[in-house]
Amino acid sequence: MKAKHQRLILAAVALCGVAGAGVLGASALRDEAAYFRTPAEIKAGQAVVGEPMRLGGMVAAGSIQRQSDGVTIRFVATDGKASIPVQFTGIVPDLFAENSGMVADGRMLADGTFVADRILAKHDERYMPPQMGDMPKNMKVAPKV
Amino acid sequence: MIAELGLALLWIAAALACLSLVAGIVYIRTGNNDLAALVRPASVAQGVLTAAAFGLLIMLFVRSDMSVELVARNSHSLKPMLFKVAGAWGNHEGSMLLWLTILGVSGALVALFERRLRNDTLVATLAAQAALSLGFFAFLLFSSNPFNRLPVAPPDGQGLNPLLQDPGLAFHPPTLYVGYVGISVAFSFAVGALITREIGPAFARAMRPWVLGSWIFLTLGITAGSYWAYYELGWGGWWFWDPVENVSLIPWLAGAALLHSVSVTATRNALRAWTVMLAVIAFSMSMVGTFIVRSGLLTSVHSFAVDPERGTFLLVLMAVYIGGALTLFAFRAGSVAEGKKFALMSREGSLVINNLLLTTILALVLLGTLYPIIAEAMGEKISVGPPYYNKVAGPLALILCLVMVAGPLLSWRKDDGKKLWTRLPAAILAGAAVLFGLVLFGGKVGVLPLLGMTVAGIVAVASLAPLWKRNLRRTPLPTWGMVIAHFGVAVALAGMAAESAFIKERLVAAAPGETVKVDDFTVKFTGVSPIAGPNYTAIRGTLIATTPSGASFTLHPEARTFPGLMGTAPTETNEAALLTRPGGQLYAVLGQPVPSADGSSADRYQLRLWWKPLVWWIWLGGALIAIGAALSMLGRAQLLEIWRARRARKAQERFA
Repeated sequence: MKAKHQRLILAAVALCGVAGAGVLGASALRDEAAYFRTPAEIKAGQAVVGEPMRLGGMVAAGSIQRQSDGVTIRFVATDGKASIPVQFTGIVPDLFAENSGMVADGRMLADGTFVADRILAKHDERYMPPQMGDMPKNMKVAPKV
Repeated sequence: MIAELGLALLWIAAALACLSLVAGIVYIRTGNNDLAALVRPASVAQGVLTAAAFGLLIMLFVRSDMSVELVARNSHSLKPMLFKVAGAWGNHEGSMLLWLTILGVSGALVALFERRLRNDTLVATLAAQAALSLGFFAFLLFSSNPFNRLPVAPPDGQGLNPLLQDPGLAFHPPTLYVGYVGISVAFSFAVGALITREIGPAFARAMRPWVLGSWIFLTLGITAGSYWAYYELGWGGWWFWDPVENVSLIPWLAGAALLHSVSVTATRNALRAWTVMLAVIAFSMSMVGTFIVRSGLLTSVHSFAVDPERGTFLLVLMAVYIGGALTLFAFRAGSVAEGKKFALMSREGSLVINNLLLTTILALVLLGTLYPIIAEAMGEKISVGPPYYNKVAGPLALILCLVMVAGPLLSWRKDDGKKLWTRLPAAILAGAAVLFGLVLFGGKVGVLPLLGMTVAGIVAVASLAPLWKRNLRRTPLPTWGMVIAHFGVAVALAGMAAESAFIKERLVAAAPGETVKVDDFTVKFTGVSPIAGPNYTAIRGTLIATTPSGASFTLHPEARTFPGLMGTAPTETNEAALLTRPGGQLYAVLGQPVPSADGSSADRYQLRLWWKPLVWWIWLGGALIAIGAALSMLGRAQLLEIWRARRARKAQERFA
């Protein structure tokens, strides 16, 4: 009887553990998963200010501006339909260039600027997020904003 | 000739696998001993032939035989020899042949050396291993033949990605593969034991060295891969929770759970069904990992080909093996006799909690890895990054470490919770000292790193407790192994926590002659000079780092450019410079040139400097864990047992 009792407790503990883990995982996913958005989707209101997000687009021609500190850049990400200004402090990947694709991890500010923590360039052989593969190759580049 | 011979060897090996499987099934059904006698030699021959075929493939790469499609696509006659050899497995077909070679050689080793199991269980195990091989043989021979000839041989090959030309990377994949595939033996043992219903200590003892062995390779592969990513990518991180990293971590977690539960089964004959289940899960996770990486579901440097047909083939194979094993488990689980009983407050009890936590972490990492794929199928693009994993895995891992403090100090079967506290004062004191030290002098430290370092202090001291008041010369090897591995966990944990709590970062654009302060170092940027490497050109920066005590060190971070071969675009990489000090590492990356602020004087260069306290403890810890597991395996290996028994017998004879 006692052994049965104990197994019951063990099973209950395990069940609670599994349920707890499920809740933990689900809530962490809801808070921390970053949506992949294009500039057009952001302009259409599909982005919450301050939430982690991944922005994909082309670097608009002539849009890269280096700030005087030498390590901060501003550029415009575009998908041909809409444009979003992006700010990034750090060393950009080697393949980051105007008229080529990029993906940025970061968040939107209330003023409509995207602040990037990390930038990945398309064709970066070390890492390419799967979303990049879907971006049209002949994407029209929007005029400088 | 070599390629044709290689292909012929593969077909013969596949036929032998077929023979092992059929003979095994007939024997289990009818008890025909003549057929059973064939299984051992057939398994050995299959392993030898597959390994020979793999050797021939390497030979083709060494000879740069461009008439073979695989060589032409992945090699180049001017490549250094090491990378010619590594090219043999640095592609889809070659890596699948390596996979098969390890499957075959593992089966051969079991056939040659395993003497503890009942004969019928062994035959069933070898038949299961042959069944695994057979599926992958079909995959290789029908959809990924590595020995395919080209109708017309090109003048030279298409080379290999220059980024992959790194000695560390040449050995990283085979190490992980040995770990991935070595665990297949545990899977086969589990299937074999389920078929013959021989699930008990003998089965667990036979399985244990294989679990430990493959887990050692996984540990080494993950540790080395982490260090490679750290110095090669130039991002300064040592773990990115990249899906490809995750699929190596998931089998590692399963292996860690399995090697603990298998010792419960071996020593106490308990947790039998669970151990069998975990063995099935561990290899299933290896296959899922391979599938995710190889099918092109994820796009990264690790996935060689995006080919839906191959992906489907792998998916079907996986479904058959995992589904088959789980079905067998469902039918037989009821007949697995209940194991020996134990109280919750006991060694077994703590190991059950260990297993629960490890499998929970496994499930959450798997969820995070698969979630973007599932979401994508439903039309939503999502990425799951470090914040998710740190949030779910961090706290659970800390609880797991606390269980690790108590577990080894509890006795089997039943123990007194109050007595446990009497064994812990030194450990608790150490933890309290770390905690107070950090709160008083550490400045602002995040909660998780603070807890991490405190727990590391407790674990470090408690892990040594099993040696307390013991004759160290007589302490068995597995005990040493456990102590060293657990101590390694404390070392790695301390490194991770200290690095994230006290990291110092500076990002500047510096003109030649400028100095930058990072933590206690004064770093002077003296300028850049162009250099030429064997197959690249580079801009090389010179930094002189000076410590407060006046010692100075020179660092040379480089920005390298590899010329594009055959019209491909040139590749640029940042080569970080590292200065290892007892207290941590100084990490320097050279970025792009930028015009000076006033536009008149010389160019500035972007410099990124990190001071990473105790960061190398992370890999030291990984190495200690692997060493501990190796000692444990040595202590459990059958050879050693035989040797000991022989020595004891001789000693007795001398007395007689």
